[in-house]
Amino acid sequence: MPTDVERWKSEVYGNEIREHLLEFAEQGWDTIPEDERDAWFERFKWWGLYHQRNGQESYFMMRIGTPNGVLTPGQTEVVAEVADEYARGPAENPIFGNGYVDWTTRQSIQLHWIKLEDIPEIFEKLESVGLSTQQACGDSWRNIVGCPVAGKDKHEHVDALPVAMELNETFKGNDDHSNLPRKWKVSVTGCREGCGQGDINDLALEPATKEIDGEETRGFNIRIGGGLSRNEPRLARDIDVFVTPEQAAEVSGAISALFRENGDRDNRYNARIKFLMDEWGAEKFRNVLQEEFVDFELETAGEDLRSEYSYNSGYANGGHADHVGIHEQADGNYYVGLDVLVGRMGVDDTKELARVADEYGSGEVRVTQRQNVIITDVPEEKLDALQDEELLDHYSPDPHPFMRGSIACTGTEFCSLSIVETKNRQVRYARWLKENVELPAGVEDFHIHLSGCTASCAQPQIADISLRGMKTRKDGEPVEALDIGLGGGLGENPNFAEWVTQRVPVDEVPGAIKNLLANFEERREGDETFREFVARTDEEDLAELVEPEETSYEDPMMHNTKRTWYPYAEDDSMDASPAPTHGDGTPIASDD
Amino acid sequence: MSVSLRVLDDGAWVSVNDAREVSVSELWRLDDPSFCGCELPDFVVENVLDVGADGRTVSAKVYGQCIACGHAGVPGWVPVGRLREGEFVDIDRERVVLPVRRGDDSE
Repeated sequence: MPTDVERWKSEVYGNEIREHLLEFAEQGWDTIPEDERDAWFERFKWWGLYHQRNGQESYFMMRIGTPNGVLTPGQTEVVAEVADEYARGPAENPIFGNGYVDWTTRQSIQLHWIKLEDIPEIFEKLESVGLSTQQACGDSWRNIVGCPVAGKDKHEHVDALPVAMELNETFKGNDDHSNLPRKWKVSVTGCREGCGQGDINDLALEPATKEIDGEETRGFNIRIGGGLSRNEPRLARDIDVFVTPEQAAEVSGAISALFRENGDRDNRYNARIKFLMDEWGAEKFRNVLQEEFVDFELETAGEDLRSEYSYNSGYANGGHADHVGIHEQADGNYYVGLDVLVGRMGVDDTKELARVADEYGSGEVRVTQRQNVIITDVPEEKLDALQDEELLDHYSPDPHPFMRGSIACTGTEFCSLSIVETKNRQVRYARWLKENVELPAGVEDFHIHLSGCTASCAQPQIADISLRGMKTRKDGEPVEALDIGLGGGLGENPNFAEWVTQRVPVDEVPGAIKNLLANFEERREGDETFREFVARTDEEDLAELVEPEETSYEDPMMHNTKRTWYPYAEDDSMDASPAPTHGDGTPIASDD
Repeated sequence: MSVSLRVLDDGAWVSVNDAREVSVSELWRLDDPSFCGCELPDFVVENVLDVGADGRTVSAKVYGQCIACGHAGVPGWVPVGRLREGEFVDIDRERVVLPVRRGDDSE
């Protein structure tokens, strides 16, 4: 039997949601009929709006899709202005203040505390510079990810940016592909370092070379069915197909259509294409694609470049593990990757980012899958002055490894699914680790990813140290806790972290990392990386090396942050919530 | 009187009449030694899988784990609230011991 969500989608979905959204915005949040709220909130996701969690009713998270992470000149400034004017909530975050921009692991942008009543103005401002929230959430083509320096990188096999943009143009707002069984995450990469992270996407186009009619042709191999969510992580599987850049859109559309026709619409937990791949296997998948969805004969896979992949790999093979730092572009200019701790940047800093990008580069800013930003097209002679800018004191191109390696999802601050507080906690962890823990000699890349739940938005399974939200009891009292996983990474032979220690109280996690690193240093062979060390060590032995311990680190958010309306409010009890509110922020209940 | 019961947002919560009533991350004491061997499993709710009503009792099927022993899985149907004249009445799920009912048909 189709689910409620499928029923709602069959009634109204896709582009047509917009007119309803604008009408509700005009009339006010409280005019959405009470018995239709679940349906409308589900549909609003397609236009990038996600109703915030319990206690924050009438406020929305807004996601803006920036294909391949590219913000063209002028767009960053508008994002900052929109955040400044519309993304301010009824309470302040103690680290980030009120009004900030989140750069996400899918090279998108998230704003919080958005009021439905402001949507028409926000859409107008965003669309005036070519930005859009369309399909940023919901069951369709999500923001397309890829190498964030595509078209500029010296390590490029093929320039994938035109392909990513063509896919975006073709499948955004495309009625044939607007209602899929579930979300559809696509990665397109042409660089040699693997920074599109195709292995964890539903559809991955990866650089390859194929001899066709006697000619060496550059293009992409296709992998299908990767993803990290729900305790069911999968690596995308090779379906033995090569496409040229010219064929990429047609074949990608065929695969999307295959998913549309064959994905499970009766059970949303089984709907992602990774489960169809489990059921069919790569060979059947290819056969069905060829026979039912493509009109020409597909080429078999070409020679790939996976042995060169370095991005987020945990291996020190000479390639980049991220995009932080100052790097020469193919055209002789430079890109400057700035570390944004846990991906969150205040509105004033975002305005500064726009100004600095404009003054020293082309005005373009790019977002990476490690929640960082890149200023591109900086002439060599301007590099020194750029580095003297105050902005770079806070968002460094040469950060400490614990700062550089930190990723965190949204967490209980706003998210319904999360079990624990995340962003602020990872900031506290990184700062404490920087002050108190020595990394073994030569370790410059060390990735710690904190995700609040098994949805895995912080991509915990592909980090050196994976942290995942949980609960436990400490001295009889329930407290927030984290599962600890080790040794995940992508690269030539990607693998997911082993969850070696479960339910560590959050105040003992920094001590656990400190002890683990000391144990690693003691047992390290030569200059092996942490991932290599984990790979050659038994899981049981690893668990013994973790050693959770209380330290000078103190965690102010040990309690159930989900039981608060906002964890950082002075009175955080649910009863103190001002929500739901009118468009001007005044509580609806108090005067109705 | 009809009551709408649903699981929404990737299993984040139970909706009753279009209002969010039960959320993941709660800690429940289950009267279900068969789940993991613990006398009263100390169960953290990670995902809501299904919701149904048996008379006036609203029950949910959830995925989670016992934080005492680490066993993870799906217990039977767990009562999460009651219906009174079509309205959802919460129970203090984190402070009472919740019975667990076997079987797949709570509609």
